[in-house]
Amino acid sequence: MMNIGSGSLMSVPSCTGSWKSGDVVSDQFPVGLRVLVVDDDPTCLRILEKMLRNCHYEVTKCNRAEIALSLLRENKNGFDIVISDVHMPDMDGFKLLEHIGLEMDLPVIMMSADDSKDVVMKGVTHGAYDYLIKPVRIEALKNIWQHVVRKKKHELKDNNYDQSGSVEEGDRQQKASEDVDYSSSANEGNCKNSKKRKEEEEEADERDDASALKKPRVVWSVELHQQFVQAVHQLGIDKAVPKKILELMNVPGLTRENVASHLQKYRLYLRRLSGVSQHQNGLNNSFMGRPDATFGIISNLNGLDLQAIAAAGQIPAQSLATLQAAALGRSATKSAIPMPLVDQRNLFSFENSKLRYPEGQQLQLNNSNKQTDLLHGIPTNMELKQLANLHNPSESFVGMNMQVNSTTQHNNSLLMRMSQSQPRAQMLNGANNGSQVSRLPLSMQQSLSSEGIPGAVLAQSGIVDNAHGSVYNPVSQASSMVDFSVNQSKELQSYNFSLGSNSSGMSTMTNRGMLQEEVNSDIKGSRGFPSNYDIFNELQPKSQNWSLQNVFSTFDASHHPSIQGTQGVSSQLLLQQGISSTHNSERNRNVPIGKPMYSNGEQSGHSNPMGGPQLNSVGGNMLAVKAERFPDADYQSTIFPVQFGQDDLMSAYLKQQGSVEPVETEFGFDGYTLDNLPV
Amino acid sequence: MEIVGKLQKQFMDFMSSLYREGFLDDQFLQLQKLQDESNPDFVVEVVSLFFEDSEKLLNNLAMALQQQVVDFKQVDAHVHQFKGSSSSIGAQRVKNACVGFRNFCEEKNLDGCMQCLQHAKHEYFLVKNKLETLFRLEQQILAAGGTVPIIS
Repeated sequence: MMNIGSGSLMSVPSCTGSWKSGDVVSDQFPVGLRVLVVDDDPTCLRILEKMLRNCHYEVTKCNRAEIALSLLRENKNGFDIVISDVHMPDMDGFKLLEHIGLEMDLPVIMMSADDSKDVVMKGVTHGAYDYLIKPVRIEALKNIWQHVVRKKKHELKDNNYDQSGSVEEGDRQQKASEDVDYSSSANEGNCKNSKKRKEEEEEADERDDASALKKPRVVWSVELHQQFVQAVHQLGIDKAVPKKILELMNVPGLTRENVASHLQKYRLYLRRLSGVSQHQNGLNNSFMGRPDATFGIISNLNGLDLQAIAAAGQIPAQSLATLQAAALGRSATKSAIPMPLVDQRNLFSFENSKLRYPEGQQLQLNNSNKQTDLLHGIPTNMELKQLANLHNPSESFVGMNMQVNSTTQHNNSLLMRMSQSQPRAQMLNGANNGSQVSRLPLSMQQSLSSEGIPGAVLAQSGIVDNAHGSVYNPVSQASSMVDFSVNQSKELQSYNFSLGSNSSGMSTMTNRGMLQEEVNSDIKGSRGFPSNYDIFNELQPKSQNWSLQNVFSTFDASHHPSIQGTQGVSSQLLLQQGISSTHNSERNRNVPIGKPMYSNGEQSGHSNPMGGPQLNSVGGNMLAVKAERFPDADYQSTIFPVQFGQDDLMSAYLKQQGSVEPVETEFGFDGYTLDNLPV
Repeated sequence: MEIVGKLQKQFMDFMSSLYREGFLDDQFLQLQKLQDESNPDFVVEVVSLFFEDSEKLLNNLAMALQQQVVDFKQVDAHVHQFKGSSSSIGAQRVKNACVGFRNFCEEKNLDGCMQCLQHAKHEYFLVKNKLETLFRLEQQILAAGGTVPIIS
């Protein structure tokens, strides 16, 4: 393998053969496992390479995190596992870890000469699959394949869960069609390209695709999805049956089956968000402007954080739920999203894997713009949110609000804004993922802004209502939601799914300013994700999530007249504005945080110049606030080491809470780099 | 050949002393085990990389500690790196010197850091010298037609 270093050629691991889970049983297993090892220390890098080769793995070495990321992005399915050093000059190993988790959803093993507990803990909280202490011995490397297999298994399980879960809606016909689809898609679905997705994964993907995308490859454009969500909203999520949705949508050429499978996905998505069965209206209610919605939001946030952790595979879903409940001080209610978090993450992974499928895969949102991906995208958005939540609890929150409840216009506008920002972030990520993202037609976004606001928007608004100062959150969430649409324009549609990993985009959400930064940067560069991510990370470290919660609770959507005004604005615009407007430059954590973190240079120009420093100053206050309000949050805070940018986020939030106006500006509907989106 | 035999004995004795005196630890043995026909010069290659990288690190450290306002975080990062690479090749004494060094960095003790730097540098040059001697012996054995003994 070529040495990937500055100035040297980048070698792409050749597909000497996809390493499939099926190989496990063969004598050859795990021969051929494609490992990407990242370490700025040339000595260690060379030693690791030799050790891995001796384990009969296919090794690609890289001495820069950025190069590693671009390698991963260019070869979506080119690697099975990544091993990375913690301390690297160009990018913190944990950031890289998060990026990879969001964008590519590959297992990442961290390593360091540092064996102090807090660093190891950091690895856990950031979702590392393992943590090796240097000097690494070959014995330790021999067994890394287990992480790949384990991950795949989890993904499959989640997928199966989702699929079966959606059936409960009672849409038998839908189910039947799905089954049919499944069988028919089984033949075509194998675009197993070469790359290697594990066989099981592929199967799962196919199944999933079959149900969702199936047959008539309907491209669920943003516009279409918006119409769909509106229809669902109108009917009420519990009463939304494909036939009626179809009638309401009144889209020529759309079949009931299309709607049915889309609905199934949507339901899964919602369920995931809320963590409750769709039957419970609580999901919707909790998010929507109900009194306890605030709580729900918070729980969501908490849940999200926990979820993130859980997603990292460190905490079983159950525990997560329990933790969440505990953290929130209440039993896991509908508002809490205990289980879903984990699932979502898995879902996300699943989605990602799906996305990674070679062209032709249903999931691929690529240019083929399988809009059906949108369906997938929905969940992924959620997932992404979830992932984002990892970093930004608030973001996840947004995702949760996907429910179609638009309580008020305000909410919608907020949501839209949020979604916009998120989508952007997500989009960016998605793009990284691969291109498959189909763009979401602007119409979708627009619909978001409309009264009927699609679930995504609604959901967000719900959040907004609840969280008074949660302007940030909603935005972030919205963005995640919007990502759907936004991303689409950016061709991120497919990425929406993968966006999950792009939580970075979501993270931007938390810091409105940050979002902008991220979004902007994302838009500008294909790697927007990284920047978002960075921000996200920044946010995360501090118990920002908690602060976000506070924000939410105090945020009063009604105070954001600007939101109302946004109604007619496509979600994209909103997002962009919100993102770009990092008006609260002070507050913005976004720019500086996101940007500096990821030096891929994609950051858009308008990211808030201030970003970074501001956060720090503000964050302090926020943290204080949070502590008071959410004692439970402490739990969470311990989970995520406060790193940076939290201050800014905090301050931003605080400001939000303080006044209505800031909210508006924060969302900054103006001038968001819409143009960046290839709408 | 007698010469080969003598050289080989010399090599083995020298190697043993390096381990005994703590210049090298088990990790170096791991490196030797990694060497095979496909990579016959693996150990030399890796050690050379270590030398090259270490000298840069030591220079960076010296410069960082000479700044008007010393950035201890940066110093610590360098030391951490040095610790990682030295431990990877089994340069035990160098690694140990780095451990103490990091403590001083945390305390932001400039004097302590300067002393540690000197100590680390000293240990580094010592082990460098030893390893170069070892490789020379290897070359001599090979030149004399013998094979380098493998120490387990």
